Amino acid sequence: MGLQDDGPGPDAGADAESAPLALKILVAGGFGAGKTTLVGSVSEIRPLRTEELLSQAGELVDDTGGVGRKTTTTVAMDFGRITIRAGLSLYLFGTPGQDRFWFLWDELSQGALGAVVLADTRRLEDCFPAVDYFEHRRIPFVVAVNCFTGARRYGADEVARALDLEQGTPVVLCDARDKDSGKEVLVRLVEYAGRVHTARLLESVGPPTGPH
Amino acid sequence: MEGHWYDAEAGPLVRPYAMTGGRTRPGPHGARFDLIALVVVDRSGTDTADEALLGPEHRALLGLCRAQTQSVAELAADADLPVGVVRVLLGDLLEGGHVKVSRPVPPARLPDERILREVIEGLRAL
Repeated sequence: MGLQDDGPGPDAGADAESAPLALKILVAGGFGAGKTTLVGSVSEIRPLRTEELLSQAGELVDDTGGVGRKTTTTVAMDFGRITIRAGLSLYLFGTPGQDRFWFLWDELSQGALGAVVLADTRRLEDCFPAVDYFEHRRIPFVVAVNCFTGARRYGADEVARALDLEQGTPVVLCDARDKDSGKEVLVRLVEYAGRVHTARLLESVGPPTGPH
Repeated sequence: MEGHWYDAEAGPLVRPYAMTGGRTRPGPHGARFDLIALVVVDRSGTDTADEALLGPEHRALLGLCRAQTQSVAELAADADLPVGVVRVLLGDLLEGGHVKVSRPVPPARLPDERILREVIEGLRAL
């Protein structure tokens, strides 16, 4: 690439290569599964919190319809950041737990690199909705089993079977409080997302049979 | 002595969308900024006279961007404003030529393999 011409033209896409790049990863799972803990252990910043007002997306949320009292409902999302290098950073978003906030998941998952589904083996069913969600939308995800002290230990394959995961979906045992363990989960996810991506590319360019 | 007549349950004293003049969507450009869209101050486009015409929330956002490149999510958290409000205010700043927004909407495809490898190596090195 040559010298960069910092011309005045409102050429929005021209500098896309050199523009800073941010990637997002979703952290999902049941209430108390350790989402914010995981975000906090790997983030270089204290987990921040953004709020979205429900009134803004009121048409998507019918729960508040018919409620007599005026309420300002906000949904909070915790997030953290990892700077890979200048101009390349990774953002982790803890998804809001309740089902009625799934419209936020839709927004969050757009363009996401992938997702981590945190599982607590004492309440494995809590992560079913997240597993379903990502499988249906073909968003690459790994299941990270947060090994709480006192909980019975299960093998990764046992968890994969119990969750009826699609073939190949990685299951990682982790300790969400531990930075190295959290890093490992993210590495596994990015590796897996890359493999899924490559497989889909091959699928799309080389149909083995059929007319063209 | 009587306590305050309002408390946290009353919600914010200024209704959030009052800061946007009641608008809940960004202006004509209309892009709904992604949470990780990155916002940088457009140094070529602004002058201080223009800035003086901006509201306090607009100026607060500009101040945050001036310190370093910020994502929409970080701006909302740091300015303590709901994301929806920040999106509208950023739309104003973009139209006024005060900021540039890179990758305002999520890309349709994953970044290439080279970037993914960089991310993996970067994570390992943390």
